[in-house]
Amino acid sequence: MNEQIIILPLLLHLVFSISLMFFWTNIKAQKVLSITGSFLAMCASIWVFIYVWDNGIQTFQAGNWEAPFGITFVGDTLASILVLLTGITGFAVSIFAAVSVIKARLRFGFYSVFHFLLMGLNGAFLTGDMFNLYVWFEIIIISSFVLISLGGEKNQLEGAVKYFTLNFLASMIFLTGLGVLYGLTGTLNMADLSQKIPLVNNQALVDVTAFLFLVGFGIKSAVFPLYFWLPASYHTPPSAVSAIFSGLLTKVGVYALIRVFTLIFVNDSFIEIMLQSLAILTIFSGGIGAIIQKNIRKVFSYLIICHIGFMIGGLGLFTEVAMAGAIFYLIHDIVVKTNLFLVSGLIYRLKSTTSLDRLGGIYKSYPKLSLLMAIPLFSLVGIPPLSGFWPKLSLLLAGFNEGNYWYFGAVIFGSLLTLIAIAHVWAKAFWEDGKEIKKSKKFIEFNQLRKYQKMQYVAPIVFLAIVSLYIGFGAEHIQQVSLRIANEVFDKQAYFDAVFK
Amino acid sequence: MKTIILRTASDFLLPVLLLFSVFILLRGHYLPGGGFIGGLVASIAFVLDAFANGLENTKKLLKIHPGFLMPFGLVISAVAAISPIIFTGQPIMTGLWANDPIPVIGSIGSALFFDTGVYLIVIGASLTIIFTISESA
Repeated sequence: MNEQIIILPLLLHLVFSISLMFFWTNIKAQKVLSITGSFLAMCASIWVFIYVWDNGIQTFQAGNWEAPFGITFVGDTLASILVLLTGITGFAVSIFAAVSVIKARLRFGFYSVFHFLLMGLNGAFLTGDMFNLYVWFEIIIISSFVLISLGGEKNQLEGAVKYFTLNFLASMIFLTGLGVLYGLTGTLNMADLSQKIPLVNNQALVDVTAFLFLVGFGIKSAVFPLYFWLPASYHTPPSAVSAIFSGLLTKVGVYALIRVFTLIFVNDSFIEIMLQSLAILTIFSGGIGAIIQKNIRKVFSYLIICHIGFMIGGLGLFTEVAMAGAIFYLIHDIVVKTNLFLVSGLIYRLKSTTSLDRLGGIYKSYPKLSLLMAIPLFSLVGIPPLSGFWPKLSLLLAGFNEGNYWYFGAVIFGSLLTLIAIAHVWAKAFWEDGKEIKKSKKFIEFNQLRKYQKMQYVAPIVFLAIVSLYIGFGAEHIQQVSLRIANEVFDKQAYFDAVFK
Repeated sequence: MKTIILRTASDFLLPVLLLFSVFILLRGHYLPGGGFIGGLVASIAFVLDAFANGLENTKKLLKIHPGFLMPFGLVISAVAAISPIIFTGQPIMTGLWANDPIPVIGSIGSALFFDTGVYLIVIGASLTIIFTISESA
């Protein structure tokens, strides 16, 4: 019974998503219900994390069928910290969505689908079965497709088509890989696979399958060369939606890569070299894309790609220090990227545009808010002691120790490009004197909002800023968590024993 | 498509198809069948009626918007899935079965309620899609 609490956040999201459907027309009730639901889910995920931290890996079999046959849910430290981060960002975004997403969108079940998306994310992190992982990916894709196209504006649909086509392709490749994997080993349970894959005679086919998974998850996490769907689609939906997408959706791909290449396909030197070179190319293409963009949200979208490269490279180095760095970066990135898109939503509400050419003078008119927005911006750059600094230090150290100077250089170059992009945003939007911006008559100024509405804009950003400040100043705690996760993901036997107890 | 043959036939086919869909639903646990195809058969019954007698007529027949079936179906399925945790402390989705079989229906278990939920969701979803498309066409 006790080990079942790991799916408590998942069940809460399911229950709230269903009950939100009963309030289809009552938007006010939906807002209250959704924020309550995300808050409860966040509390549950904190509980889950503490429970897993104290008691080690928790597993149970859905449907009470024994391990290789039934669907296993595994809550190890990696899964539980990602569930925790899903809870935190989900709570912040649900508050932000209540005020920033327009009524026309909320009326068509925005919140219900939003909770389904969070449920899918929790499920993907917790499952211990490859096919079940595919199912959770489908739930995520379907919900995100609804969220990205809800509203039906022209550029939104254009982005949605690109998003959907590429993600669908990735799912098909993933599914093909699953088929081959099942044909080779006769099982899809991750723990079982980890024992059976080394025994397969035809190791060449195993390598091909590993490559299929690399391509499938690579597309989903926007790795070079198939990353162009991300900047084409992430700036079109409401900023609350792009916040949850940028924070968690691409990171699910990274999580799946970490899981698959530490548990199932290990000691594959080809994959390691492939991951490292892809990481370097991803860092370059994302970073260079970011510095030439004129729209804040596009700048952030390219920065997502750039930083995905950091994590993939950390995975590709395949040492404990590098893995700890990659995990630390993942933790920092989820919080900060979500916050950045919330900041872009707030900037839009302040100035009615997110184009860098027309923005300006935010610092002059809103000095306190600007200082608040500086926290996520400079956490991303990694100015010590803010949160981005520590994981980069681990990654650089790992790259140096391994003698992988390409990756070492790429991380430095990527950080430099991030610094340039963020400094550009800061100088243009905050410091430079702004031109008069023509606003449409329907646009509601930030100052005209009621007090509680202003709170709803600012509170989630403050909340996530506090979390990222904690990651920066309490870095030794996070480092401890990351090291334990790195230990756990390399210890396949412990995972196996937890599933087949 | 308001031919007299189709209209007369659909009047008879609607109850028969609905009954058949319930049969498929109940048969589903050990034999081919189940909530999903049962729901599809039931929605075909209504679609056929809409072809023959017009969409307005079918909507009057249904009384509620088919979309409302989805949340109810989801509730039934979710409760059936969660019930083992609440009642017996077993993992989620474990099948709970009554001891004595009931005539006609057979043995009752949480799987039946799960399938009934699926049945309602499928009817709701497919009818909502088809009605929306034929309204805008």
